[in-house]
Amino acid sequence: MARINRRKFLQYSGAGMAGILAAHRAPVFAQANTVHILRWNDFVPAADKVLREVYAPEVQKALGIKLNVETINANDIPARATSAIQSGNGPDIIMLLNNYPHLYSSAAVDVSAVAEEVNKSGGGIYDSAKQLNHVGGKWVSMPWSMVPALIAYRKSWFDEVGAKEFPKTWQQYYEVGKKLKAAKHPIGQTLGNTFGDAPTFTYPLMWSFGGQEVDAKGKVVIESKETIESVRFMAQFWKDAHDEGGLAWDDSNNNRAFLSGDISASLNGASIYVAALNGKDKFKTEKGAPLHTDILHAPLPAGPKGQHGYHTAFNHMVMKYSKNAKGATEFLRWAHKKENYEKWFLVQKGFAVGPTREWEKHDMWKQDPVMQPFQTAPQLQKRLMGYAGQPNQKAAEAWNKFIVTVMYAQACSGKSKPEEAVKWAAGELGKIYTGA
Amino acid sequence: MTTENGRRRVSNPRASPFIRLAENERFLATALLAPGVIILVLFIAYPFVMAIWFSLTSIRVGDAGQFVGLANFAKAMDDTIFQQAFKNTVFYTFWATIFKLALGMWLALLLNRHFRFKRIVRASMLLPFIIPTVLSAFAWRWMFDPTFSVMNWALYHGGMITDRLPFLSSGEWAMWCAVLVNTWRGMPFFAITLLAGLQTISPDLHEAAALDGANAWHRFWHVTWPLLLPVTLVVVVFSVIQTFSDFQLIYVLTGGGPANSTHLIATYAYQIGVGSGLLGEGAALSLFMFPVLCLVVWLQLRYLKRMENA
Repeated sequence: MARINRRKFLQYSGAGMAGILAAHRAPVFAQANTVHILRWNDFVPAADKVLREVYAPEVQKALGIKLNVETINANDIPARATSAIQSGNGPDIIMLLNNYPHLYSSAAVDVSAVAEEVNKSGGGIYDSAKQLNHVGGKWVSMPWSMVPALIAYRKSWFDEVGAKEFPKTWQQYYEVGKKLKAAKHPIGQTLGNTFGDAPTFTYPLMWSFGGQEVDAKGKVVIESKETIESVRFMAQFWKDAHDEGGLAWDDSNNNRAFLSGDISASLNGASIYVAALNGKDKFKTEKGAPLHTDILHAPLPAGPKGQHGYHTAFNHMVMKYSKNAKGATEFLRWAHKKENYEKWFLVQKGFAVGPTREWEKHDMWKQDPVMQPFQTAPQLQKRLMGYAGQPNQKAAEAWNKFIVTVMYAQACSGKSKPEEAVKWAAGELGKIYTGA
Repeated sequence: MTTENGRRRVSNPRASPFIRLAENERFLATALLAPGVIILVLFIAYPFVMAIWFSLTSIRVGDAGQFVGLANFAKAMDDTIFQQAFKNTVFYTFWATIFKLALGMWLALLLNRHFRFKRIVRASMLLPFIIPTVLSAFAWRWMFDPTFSVMNWALYHGGMITDRLPFLSSGEWAMWCAVLVNTWRGMPFFAITLLAGLQTISPDLHEAAALDGANAWHRFWHVTWPLLLPVTLVVVVFSVIQTFSDFQLIYVLTGGGPANSTHLIATYAYQIGVGSGLLGEGAALSLFMFPVLCLVVWLQLRYLKRMENA
């Protein structure tokens, strides 16, 4: 073995230090290949556990990436993303809801290569997911999952009022709801300023009556007899069939109201059912049976102009400011591989579905027939916010101002007549779509 | 050390350079002021100037935008949600301040008396002020919950109502509930500050007034109130500033709903600036608070100056 004396050591180390200083960066072997991912606190806590306890060690072994998982409240993600982008410092990957990729597209790394691979291997990414993540001819983020919104309802109470199956149309739902409220089992629905359950109800309702925010050219067309009809219908439906406290609900009130037996039906992800399933001894029907045995799911009913649904999308954006964008992109490629994604998908038990059609064929769907309506729910999502235009920044502004939801809330609370509420919404949308 | 003509020398030529510098009043004043000035510039002036600049541009998240003049302000003026938020902010500030002042004064007068456990009561009264707003607002939200409100439960089981009260599900009710929570939270600040003012008033004045035949109301109106006015004015000004720019309470309690009926300027600016990524428009919205608060501060300074000259 060659001996290294003090003089040689100083010569070598001096040369090495000079190289590092000249390159303005640490040598490759010294750079920590760390990927910091920011996500929401998953409504299925086991899924966060998979990220921390399964993905982290496995991706370290497979790619040498040290995965740092940070989870926060979904409502706080825009604030974190804004500060990270403006300061050019923060997580390497940020999970973004719905059409936020359009808002932050200029701060994104192009992940088209990964998206094309997933699209090809997974039998096609859902069209709605593509619209949300494909901006300016490239994929600015990767669609990760969707949380379908379906109506959870109490089978026995629907039976008692003569509804042997879930109503197929809004009118039928109104008739059944009226009887349910008379029997002290109202329908529960939020019309509050909240990101999830309110817009995922109001947008499909408007579409199924033939209303829409804008036309394909971006001209505001919400002030139509179809929209007014939908608002008039909802105001009556609200009064006769709903728990009117829903005007002040956030995304969690309906879960509590349903689990406590105060409401008979509510649009939601599968979290009500999952909570009832996990709390068999805690949540019971009035007859003492476990509550989960009395819960079924159904899509929103059809209106005169078709049936629609809206499912909350979860996407991952690799940030341009990241010093390890390459590692972050590689992590996403690795996580989307079937054998890796499946570990996360299985613990969701159907609460969240995959971004491609392939996941509709998974054997997991055979385990619990109550969850089966979630299997193909993404197919009902034919439209996105800002329809018939793009789900772009203007659509996001309208969505974040809750304009469509407030339009219904104004009429349901009696604050405005349906025509006035629609006129107000048209005025507000006009300022967004015709502004700079 | 004295000089030949007997005058005291300012500096010692044999002292170290540091000592000589420290003895230089101009240098010392600058050095002592510097940390405060740096903090003010970094954390108040810089963000404020940036907010003004943002409000004049079309900046969005990740996009520096371009100069648009007063377009963001014009858009805000034409925005019905902002108009409602502005009215709400004025309503909320006015009524919350009135209630805080009235109840705070009443509480201060009570606490100024001698009774058992006076210190414990005074200390515990500060609890609403000490608890973080987010936590207390969550607790109130639960108490006003449309389905599980404990107040509805108590009133219903007490036979006082037959149907639930729409605490947060009616626009008017929700706004009054917000005023109530703000009053509950801010009242101790009024009470403690006014109590401190009350304790500076000499009991002799009250005794003299009583001997002259003044009843309790007269003693309050002609003795206590005039002497308490400077403190009252300062506390009202601070309260108006805090209430007018309130964010946390509404954000947690109602989120601005139902149907935008409780949106304040701050919550709406957050929704636009952070929620929608329109930083320029959000900055313009929040700057609408500035002239109002400026006016309040100007009134306060004017009054204090008059007091100094009196």
